[in-house]
Amino acid sequence: MHATRLLSLERWKKWIWSFVRLTLIAGLSFVILYPVLQKISTAFKAKSDLYSPIVVWLPENYTLDNFVKAIGIMDYWQALLNTFTLSALTTILTAISCALAGYGFARLKFKGSQLLFAGVILTILVPPITILIPVYLNLKDFSLMGLIPLLTGGKSVNLLNTYWPFILTSATANSLKAGLYIFIFRQFFRGIPKEVEEAAYIDGAGVGKTFYRIMLPNAIPSIVTVLLFSFVWQWNDSFFTTTYLTSSKVMATQLGSLPYNLAILLEDGANSKADPFYLSMVQDTGILLAILPLIIIYLFVQRYFVESIERTGIVG
Amino acid sequence: MKSILRLDRRSYKEQKALMGFFYVLPWLLGFIFFFLIPLLSSLRYSLSSVQANSDGLIVHFSGFQNYAEALTVNTEFNRSLADAIMNMVINVPLIVIFSLFLAVLLNQKFIGRSLARSIFFLPVILASGVILSLESTSLIQAVNDQNAGAGAIQGLGTFELEGLMLDAGLSEWVVNYLTSAVSRIYSIVSQSGVQILIFLAGIQTISPQLYEASKMEGATGYEAFWKITFPMVSPLILVNSIYTIIDSFSNNAMTDLIRETGFTQFNFGLSSAMAWLYFAAVALILAVSSYLISKKVFYYD
Repeated sequence: MHATRLLSLERWKKWIWSFVRLTLIAGLSFVILYPVLQKISTAFKAKSDLYSPIVVWLPENYTLDNFVKAIGIMDYWQALLNTFTLSALTTILTAISCALAGYGFARLKFKGSQLLFAGVILTILVPPITILIPVYLNLKDFSLMGLIPLLTGGKSVNLLNTYWPFILTSATANSLKAGLYIFIFRQFFRGIPKEVEEAAYIDGAGVGKTFYRIMLPNAIPSIVTVLLFSFVWQWNDSFFTTTYLTSSKVMATQLGSLPYNLAILLEDGANSKADPFYLSMVQDTGILLAILPLIIIYLFVQRYFVESIERTGIVG
Repeated sequence: MKSILRLDRRSYKEQKALMGFFYVLPWLLGFIFFFLIPLLSSLRYSLSSVQANSDGLIVHFSGFQNYAEALTVNTEFNRSLADAIMNMVINVPLIVIFSLFLAVLLNQKFIGRSLARSIFFLPVILASGVILSLESTSLIQAVNDQNAGAGAIQGLGTFELEGLMLDAGLSEWVVNYLTSAVSRIYSIVSQSGVQILIFLAGIQTISPQLYEASKMEGATGYEAFWKITFPMVSPLILVNSIYTIIDSFSNNAMTDLIRETGFTQFNFGLSSAMAWLYFAAVALILAVSSYLISKKVFYYD
């Protein structure tokens, strides 16, 4: 008798906890999704719906006008192509160079590698803003220790407004947040048993072959994590793109100047009397367009780190 | 020929050390050219008066003049720095605790867990860079919040909560802190994507035997959390705190000010001095907080 009562009490506790958990998760999911839903709803609204008191979520007059405007002003397809090229390029280069460095630091110890790894930590700690100006000046008159002037005849190259700053920094594992990726790879490779490597060596594989044939195929979860992070952060980055790529059309800069350009189109410049709510509406549509490709990519790769996070190497 | 022979005769360990250097080499080159040299020249600029003209830069050593200017003359620097630090102090504990809580929640088995996880990692994508900064200025969002009554309901909710907690005898400071956290829930959720990921990964590496044993001994879920989960993930609390601090410092009013001084007013010296002061502040905070946390961290092995 006593036991059954206890059992039912346990059961009640379980039910109540499930209920609380469901409420919390549903509520927080809503908080996260709310801005996206908001933007979707706004994007389809006509201008008149903005002031209609009966329209909250579902527009009264559906229209694609906002999309047309935003695509036109942002030069969306061109920006999409540019951003995609840039992000894909830096992502792949970053992943390669960071994987190499991560493996080097994790398994191929040499004299001073500890010290160099402290350097990696330093790159994570120093705010990028601290070195922005010298890097900027360096790229503006890029001479590679005086080598390039020898080849071109006394002139250094201006690398600004090209993709070269991004290519160079990502190929040398010093792009946006690259220290973090090296760290992730190092933690992951440290987690693979040493015996695997030794077995490969006994079977006649050199260091390069072991890395390429044994280690990399095992490291797919962490590679996916790094690829996704690096792609997304490059896509959304306005810190470096606004510095290095002032006139090239990529998503971040186009998005940043969208309200201004729209104001110019509608009236006459930044101080125009164009309706700020309408500007905001088109801007929201622009944001939606900008994150749409990311969401599509996320849908495909999310299973890699939703179900097998313990193997992404973040924790080792 | 002789050298090739020597290469062959290297031991496996030596060979690995050599290859290790080659693997790290790309990073090392980048580190020197895009990090170390710029870092040092930024230090040099910060101690000099820098003038840019068509021939290039003219750098004159001027001691700590730029630092003095940033701290005493510039009207915005002190305020922005204090703001940035205050925001960090307020947000970091909230984000870390919140993400640990959510990670524990998302680790339990329930229907729709994968969906919930996908949604909770979504802020990693949505709330970064330019989107975050634009979102904070969205008028539509503000207006819709008002229209939908969301603002009113939320306000009322926290208001009642506030009264309730004050009646319960909590100090006013704590109550304000908590209720402001509730009102800023979106900004907290949107900054904790990566942290949840890290905690979740950590929790999944805890061996299930520990939980089984504790259950045998009659521990409740609450006790299991404090006696097993919490100590086992405590190294990650350190990692996450550091990550959150760095993240909160990577883009704020302070970095905007440094940028503007450098690229709009072309005052490279002052801008570098500000950046170094900023870096010093960040480093100090990181050192203090990691010292405090690492005293409490429990290492299993």
